[in-house]
Amino acid sequence: MSDLQAFRQETRDWLEDNCPPSMRFPVTNSDDACWGGRNWTFKSDEQKQWLERMAAKGWTAPTWPTEYGGGGLDKAQAKVLKEELAHINARSPLDSFGIWMIGPALLEFGSEELKQQHLPPIVRGEIRWCQGYSEPGAGSDLAGLQSKGEDMGDHFIANGQKVWTSYGDKADWMFCLLRTDPDAKKQMGISLVLFDMATPGVTPKPIKLISGSSPFCETFLDNVRVEKNQVVGEVNKGWTIAKYLLTHEREMIGGFGLTNAGSDTLGQTAVKALGLEHGRMNSPLLRADVLKWEIDAAAFAATAERVTDEVKSGQGVGATSAMLKYYGTELNKRRFEVLMKIKGSDAMIWDGANSNGDAVPRTWLRTKGNSIEGGTSEVQLNIIAKNILGLG
Amino acid sequence: MAMVINEEQQMLKESAQGFLAEFAPVSELRKLRDQGSETGFSDNLWRQMVDMGWAAILVPEAYGGLEFGHVGMGQIVEQTGRTLTASPLFSTAIVGVSLINLAGSEEQKTELLGAIAGGELTTALAVDEKIHHAPTQISMTAVQQGDHYLLNGEKRFVIDGYSADKLIVAARTSGSAGDQTGISLFMLDPSAAGVEIERTDMVDTRNAAIIRLTDVTVSSADLLGAEGDGFKALSAALDIGNAYLAAEMLGIAQESFDRTLQYLKERKQFGVLIGSFQSLQHRAAHWWSEVELCKSIVLKALKSLDKGDAKSPVLVSIAKAKLCEVVELATNEAIQMHGGIGMTDEYEIGFFIKRARPAAMLFGDYNYHGDRFAQLCGY
Repeated sequence: MSDLQAFRQETRDWLEDNCPPSMRFPVTNSDDACWGGRNWTFKSDEQKQWLERMAAKGWTAPTWPTEYGGGGLDKAQAKVLKEELAHINARSPLDSFGIWMIGPALLEFGSEELKQQHLPPIVRGEIRWCQGYSEPGAGSDLAGLQSKGEDMGDHFIANGQKVWTSYGDKADWMFCLLRTDPDAKKQMGISLVLFDMATPGVTPKPIKLISGSSPFCETFLDNVRVEKNQVVGEVNKGWTIAKYLLTHEREMIGGFGLTNAGSDTLGQTAVKALGLEHGRMNSPLLRADVLKWEIDAAAFAATAERVTDEVKSGQGVGATSAMLKYYGTELNKRRFEVLMKIKGSDAMIWDGANSNGDAVPRTWLRTKGNSIEGGTSEVQLNIIAKNILGLG
Repeated sequence: MAMVINEEQQMLKESAQGFLAEFAPVSELRKLRDQGSETGFSDNLWRQMVDMGWAAILVPEAYGGLEFGHVGMGQIVEQTGRTLTASPLFSTAIVGVSLINLAGSEEQKTELLGAIAGGELTTALAVDEKIHHAPTQISMTAVQQGDHYLLNGEKRFVIDGYSADKLIVAARTSGSAGDQTGISLFMLDPSAAGVEIERTDMVDTRNAAIIRLTDVTVSSADLLGAEGDGFKALSAALDIGNAYLAAEMLGIAQESFDRTLQYLKERKQFGVLIGSFQSLQHRAAHWWSEVELCKSIVLKALKSLDKGDAKSPVLVSIAKAKLCEVVELATNEAIQMHGGIGMTDEYEIGFFIKRARPAAMLFGDYNYHGDRFAQLCGY
């Protein structure tokens, strides 16, 4: 038996013993996810157990080094773990911008001190992070941000306003872009800093979206003290790290185009709603929409697979995150447009028995943001045209 | 199975690229067209392909072949899409070899596959009878009379039907149009009495034929597979054919993109390169993204054929449908972004759209494969 096979067997046995029963089916709505943090209230004892057990093995961040609390797995082992988790339908023990975003940036660019301070609590789900990037005047043109950090020697004083701070009202810490050199050229005077959301002067206010939920905040910064040792990388060199993080964000959001295994396909959902006639879906035009979407989704899933394998084998361009983000989010929007048509007048019900199960209209409206957040589709097309195609 | 090609396949791809660029570029297709070539391909080029072993790639080792697999052969075919190279490779070395290998007797395989690998035999599959692909709708009749069959009916869109040494004909020995059972496959000599072959002048200049059979006698020994049981092998060979048509269309989509991108970087209007206009940048970026999806799904389909995966029919229909859609986008955008010069016969970009449509139509277009995909998924 190879080492990898042995690892698979150990993993399977461990999961069998340690994954609580209620954590073994897919998350049906966003309330079931576990985000952790200081103020987190676990939905159940089993949700808490699942997080603690996985965190103790470092498997909430499987590929991070063990000295920072991670699992220390190589890519092949991480893939095995992912497959074994999928095999028992295990849900994610922890959803975390710490793991997805600032963690990888700290590993790449952070000082040893920052890694020691921040990574272990992220792995354990003790600190929940949010991102302070966009501003009212800096959306697609992110480098035009104006929130400033005034140099006070051993610290900065931050003033300004951030917007689209995901879960800013629930987060414990923020990673934030500040203009720390007002005289430098646009991209040159920006620093990436970290601060506690409990610091005096930090005020997050939820923004209600067209979907009715408030996953984002606007966050006001009034004379917020930021310690100099909480700068990631060098002062005024934050733009490189910001771009690195945006790539991570694009990859994460691009995954929206991939549907969950285990749930009904769009075709199955449509057949349940509309029925079959002579073996074909009862509405020919809707059937054409559904099959076109499923064909594109299959080709997109194969592309996500290929891009991953190419990176692993050292082939490929590696600059495809813009394409995955663009295509994946547009695909997800199309999925919900088709789903709305499938569900007919039931899909027009905002609240009630028929809309609660899968919350179609709310989710449909939420997907409209997919092609805006993390860089609009138009920005992604600009990136492809300039960086990949060389069109100036 | 990782979604990448291995070193050997990469080497084959590169050698095919080099060979085709040198000996069979688009200008060769123009030459064949302008000379009014009867077969639509160059015998000399085909001989060279055979010498390089391309006719033997899909032939099992047991019958003197290389057994190199579909992903490998797919790399060659993708390159023939870039150069629009016409040759018997598709009809003979892909469809012919697959069908004979799937349905043939030991004796037939030994004789026919060996002959194909050695470049001594070319074949053409005669399946469609109506203007749209519908393999279950076959109504050409084959009536048994003692030790032979009598064939009557008409076939159309028979690729290489004018040039092939042997025709593989799908005819009905029982049942009626719409039934999967009752379809039988025959090896037919095109010079047999009662065979009328009309070469059709195609938009892509390749040779295709309408074939009319009137009381044609075929020996029982030339039955390919069991009587009435031909559909399974036919369907599997069509899947294989469609995966390669998708691979060829991938080559067409990529090459027309590369040429158009180059043009956007050369052509000036209003004093600037037209590639600096955002409206064209976004369309180019979208087109590029679609081609990325095509690369993945073609590879996935070819890999599943190599694996003998039960999901092959679904993946092939996805690949064919997706490529039909994208190659249409690609060739239309290529002409539009080239502007006036794209409309001229003198410029090569127009040759791509002319090959793209027949490749899409052959063995089922977007509508056929979209419908088939949905049916295979249970709706």
